[in-house]
Amino acid sequence: MEFVVLLSLPLAGAVLLGFFGARPWAPRLNIAASLATLLAACALTAKVILEGNLLLVREQFFIDPFNVFLVSLTAFVGFTTALFSRPYMRVELDHGRLTPGRLRLYHSMYQLFMATMLIALTTNNLGLLWVAMEAATLSTVLLVTLYRTPASLEAGWKYFILCGVGIAQALFGTILLYVAAESVLGGEGVNALLWTHLDAVKGQLEPTVIGLAFVFLLVGYGTKVGLAPLHNWLPDAHAEGPTPISAVLSGLLLNVAIYAVVRCKVLVEGSLHSDLPSRMLMGFGLVSVVFASFLLWRQRDIKRLFAYSSIEHMGIITFAFGMGGQVANFAALLHMTVHSLTKSAIFFSVGHASQKAGSQLMEDIRGLITTSPTIGWGLMLGSLAILGMPPFGVFASEFLILTTAMQQQPWATPILLLALGVAFAAIFGRVQQMVFGETTLKRLPHSPALLPVFAHLAIVLVLGLFIPPFLANWYRAAAGLIGGH
Amino acid sequence: MNGVPFDLQILNSLAALLLLVSFAMLSQRRVVTLVNLLALQGALLCAATLVIAWRTGKSHLYVSAALTLGLKVIFLPWLLHRLIRRLEVYWDTEPALNVASTMLVGVVVVVFAFGLAQPIAAIASTATRSAIGIAVAVVLLAFLTMITRSKAMSQVVGFLSMENGLFFGAMSATYGMPMIVELGVALDVLVAMLVLGVFFFQIREQFDSLDLHHLESLKEET
Repeated sequence: MEFVVLLSLPLAGAVLLGFFGARPWAPRLNIAASLATLLAACALTAKVILEGNLLLVREQFFIDPFNVFLVSLTAFVGFTTALFSRPYMRVELDHGRLTPGRLRLYHSMYQLFMATMLIALTTNNLGLLWVAMEAATLSTVLLVTLYRTPASLEAGWKYFILCGVGIAQALFGTILLYVAAESVLGGEGVNALLWTHLDAVKGQLEPTVIGLAFVFLLVGYGTKVGLAPLHNWLPDAHAEGPTPISAVLSGLLLNVAIYAVVRCKVLVEGSLHSDLPSRMLMGFGLVSVVFASFLLWRQRDIKRLFAYSSIEHMGIITFAFGMGGQVANFAALLHMTVHSLTKSAIFFSVGHASQKAGSQLMEDIRGLITTSPTIGWGLMLGSLAILGMPPFGVFASEFLILTTAMQQQPWATPILLLALGVAFAAIFGRVQQMVFGETTLKRLPHSPALLPVFAHLAIVLVLGLFIPPFLANWYRAAAGLIGGH
Repeated sequence: MNGVPFDLQILNSLAALLLLVSFAMLSQRRVVTLVNLLALQGALLCAATLVIAWRTGKSHLYVSAALTLGLKVIFLPWLLHRLIRRLEVYWDTEPALNVASTMLVGVVVVVFAFGLAQPIAAIASTATRSAIGIAVAVVLLAFLTMITRSKAMSQVVGFLSMENGLFFGAMSATYGMPMIVELGVALDVLVAMLVLGVFFFQIREQFDSLDLHHLESLKEET
């Protein structure tokens, strides 16, 4: 029941906003739909905690601790982003960068995007997972090109074609998985793509084909995660779309893509009896971390800067899942949570900052602390948090990942430390100038929605100091499901 | 005669024709012809699905054949032709690699594809598993088509051809995916093309051209 409500709310929101998305009260409807989705997600979470795993709608949907935690995270960030987007999009409308018609598209697609992510997270059918991932791309392509500038069209095209081709590889991987599963599960093969059934027989699946399938699945979904060298679409799509979309792309879509990769990894590892999947994840992860942290230095656009930072963090998470085992999985899940909250908080403050400066170039944004102290502090604290400074939650998860790496993969630790140091220097230097530098801009009379920023940062801070027992149990259960060494 | 049933012979000829069409697409520079080839590929795919459906007696394959016919043979080519007329993009520019070398690369790709298909064919239980190599080759050739073209329209045709190859692969390795997945994939392809139609007009409005060379300003330096 909770589940049906959870999926139908954003879908209904998308339809309603498709008709009324340009009305003055549309942003409030958007917020209301997102809040209702959040409440439904909380109810579902409570149910899973009390009653254990759920199989729904003829086994097509499956809820366990791993995905229910991502469902509530997705619904939460979806809600706060809707809060943020209301004043932000109003200013964009006033500045003439948008027309009411496009605002209607924006609102409708926003809800549709939430729906596709929730379907991708909760489905038990790997084919449906693919369909939902592709639908998530399609619903955001027209949002990336919302401003219709040449740069945004280019970004949209890249996003469309690269993710399209990438996800076609994932479809091939899914087909291979199906071939391997059908020969074991037999029958009409109706169940052969259901994750729970595959999980039950994963030891009997044909290793060569499964290995091949995993390569394609990793490349396919890895494109959506933004793993280097498949990351080309990511910085463009983040920089050129409206900021609320950057926040949800970075904070949520990347998580969902990682979720898909990890779900596949669990199956493949059980079938291969080798550490090939782990090694591939670690390899892709490390390359992304190093690559992104050095490219951070070359960025001039603030949203591109933080987009590259997202690639870096996705690399860290992928690496941690690659190491596997209780502690590393725990840390990776924690890192997914805190990265998602912190990065969206940063994009919220970046959005307001660049809106005030009238430019996304970092050299044009100066002295936020004098023109608008709250935005300045939001950006500063957010950046410190994402760079892994204690006492924020990112520190805790990165610390866990590094110590585990020291035990299990000592060779990787110096590389990770170097990359984190390079990223720290690159981001901190820029942010410091933007926040504390001299400014010529005047204080603007306009109240931004900064509640989400500080709410997110507060949660990240709490997670860094103390993880509530129910949450820790939850992470532990999920980490156990993912398994590994 | 040689012991291969008649329907399998038809199927193998259809598979060979599919591969031939993929090569034709690789060398074709007229966008209109490219779209016609795509429609032909769809028609071959539809015929192959019908033969398999008739052979195995699986009723859901008839639905899937009808879906292929409606979407890939009729609707998408019609949509693309309409876009071509409205946007007046009839020719692709000279490809990055000349046609002869592209064809040679294509041959290498096909050999690679058959190597890749070996372990898959080994475990597939279908009678049609010999065609898996061709399906992989079609996917990779479509990929090559996308890489060597610079016009948005040709890249999209390459993308759809890749989807055809994947579909044929699923068909020959397992007699098709479960219905719900197939419907979902078809829906995604349909929506993707509609989004693309809107998108082309936006690009056109902004640049007066559909040449992707205009879309190369976002580089790392910026």
